[in-house]
Amino acid sequence: MVDIEFLKEKARQIRIEIVKMLANAGSGHTGGSLSAADIVTVLYFYKMKHDPKNPNWAERDRFILSKGHAAPVLYAALALSGYFDKSLLNSLRKLGSPLQGHPCCKDLPGVEVSTGSLGQGLSVACGMALGLRLSGINSRVYCLLGDGEIQEGQVWEAAMTASHYKIDNLCAILDHNNLQIDGSCTDVMNIKPIEDKFIAFGWNVFTIDGHNIKEIVEALDTAQKVKGKPTMIVANTIKGKGVSIFEGKVQYHGVAPTKEELEIALKELKDGKN
Amino acid sequence: MGKIDCTCSLSEISDFYGKEMATRDAYGIVLTELGKKNPDIVVLDADLSCSTKTVNFAKKFPDRFFNIGVAEQDMIGVAAGLALTGKIPFASTFAIFATGRAWEQIRQTVCYSNANVKIVATHGGITVGEDGATHQALEDVALMRVIPNMTVIVPADAYETSQVIVSAAEYYGPMYVRLGRSKVPPVMPKDYKFQIGKAYVFRIGKDVNIIANGLMVSEALKASEILNKEGIDTGVANFSSVKPLDEETLLKIAKSSKLIITAEEHSIIGGLGSAVCEFVSENSPVTVKRIGVRDTFGCSGSWRELLKFYGLTAEDIIHTVREFFKK
Repeated sequence: MVDIEFLKEKARQIRIEIVKMLANAGSGHTGGSLSAADIVTVLYFYKMKHDPKNPNWAERDRFILSKGHAAPVLYAALALSGYFDKSLLNSLRKLGSPLQGHPCCKDLPGVEVSTGSLGQGLSVACGMALGLRLSGINSRVYCLLGDGEIQEGQVWEAAMTASHYKIDNLCAILDHNNLQIDGSCTDVMNIKPIEDKFIAFGWNVFTIDGHNIKEIVEALDTAQKVKGKPTMIVANTIKGKGVSIFEGKVQYHGVAPTKEELEIALKELKDGKN
Repeated sequence: MGKIDCTCSLSEISDFYGKEMATRDAYGIVLTELGKKNPDIVVLDADLSCSTKTVNFAKKFPDRFFNIGVAEQDMIGVAAGLALTGKIPFASTFAIFATGRAWEQIRQTVCYSNANVKIVATHGGITVGEDGATHQALEDVALMRVIPNMTVIVPADAYETSQVIVSAAEYYGPMYVRLGRSKVPPVMPKDYKFQIGKAYVFRIGKDVNIIANGLMVSEALKASEILNKEGIDTGVANFSSVKPLDEETLLKIAKSSKLIITAEEHSIIGGLGSAVCEFVSENSPVTVKRIGVRDTFGCSGSWRELLKFYGLTAEDIIHTVREFFKK
């Protein structure tokens, strides 16, 4: 039985850690970390088999944050899962910290591959899924992409590979908040229709509300049953979700909360207003 | 991670000794042998498996071969993913596409993650021949050498190549191996044992030392024979390991040289010549003359014609040395 309330509470805690670490760092990507918070929460606290005490466990499910700029959401999920002490989050983006501005797998156990240059994670996810399949390991690979990110051509190369090799232990999730640095995805470089594109590339596609825990759970569970093709979950999200002053605002793509904004954010999140 | 045991038996390697053959052909054979011994070896190609010779492996182990199509960036990413689940991926295509098209994937995903990916590229240099400039990689060594964590190897003949490929499978970490299309004469002696980061010195000369790799080792040996007869004491060393560079040997050579010649089938910018200049100028300055393609694109022609046209022959080395000592 899925405990939806437990997951909602975890997502709230993850959002609190995101805004705190970003404000402390003084720079970083607020909007896209918050939009992905519910998806990442369901993966780490419900769906994935993983062992924080044994990050290299061969049979773990893998998570690749292809939109590496949302590093804070990954760091918060890892910390709350117990990969490392929560106090380490204060070192985000500081000299000598394993919490680099974009995730580095050499520095931080739990990070599967270094990401940050967009468009590369889905290829790695394909490779990992193929590697697991070759080894007879029944584990799954999850890959979170940004919607602006799918403007990168390599994403579509990987989309072909995933369907050509029938990589059904791969599930990609698109954090579709429809905003990128320079504006809305529709204005900068139209990415629509997203679903039709992935269907045409041979994928199984679901569209969900990326902030509805129950829908995320169901989509991830159903994806696991799909055989012979990869699944793309198009998760409609709101950039900056959970903090009213950041929601839907493109200017919070790559900006950290100020001290005053942090206070507002924490008040809203602590009141559970999300 | 420690050393991975998948050694070819010595007899298989020695089969390549003394053979005139393209380095890519040696690769295709050794890779398949390694595949028999180590089930973790997987191979990727980008629609050039007949040219890169990975087709041999593909036929023998279809389940462990992934043709990614004409998509080099994806190929490198998929290779990284395979490596991160414990496989030993060899990814092959032409040198210019491997290192140029997928450079950022190699930097960000392979090297920054220190993923155990072996990029074995064929068709390095101008001896690609008739296909012309678009397919002739003259910048690949420079592009790979600049990335942290990357090892860069340019073997001289089939015998050395066979050993390099075995070492690549045993070594943990990203590696770039540059192979050629055309047949190359055998140059390495029977007792030669390739080691990453070690140069092979045929002889140290008291006047000139030619530091070469790839097919230019053969040209260097031809040149040294003539120069020695002329009374210019000339040595030759094979610096197949461009990175890490064998600094100890290079220092010894620099101290013994009035002139160093570097010779490579690559741009004079960024490759072996640059690596030698960087080290020598900081540690034991001596004049270095670089034989290589002089900041220009290649063109169509037969590979023999092109070597002459771009000044990559024993005669060009001899001419450069004579000019230096005339002064």
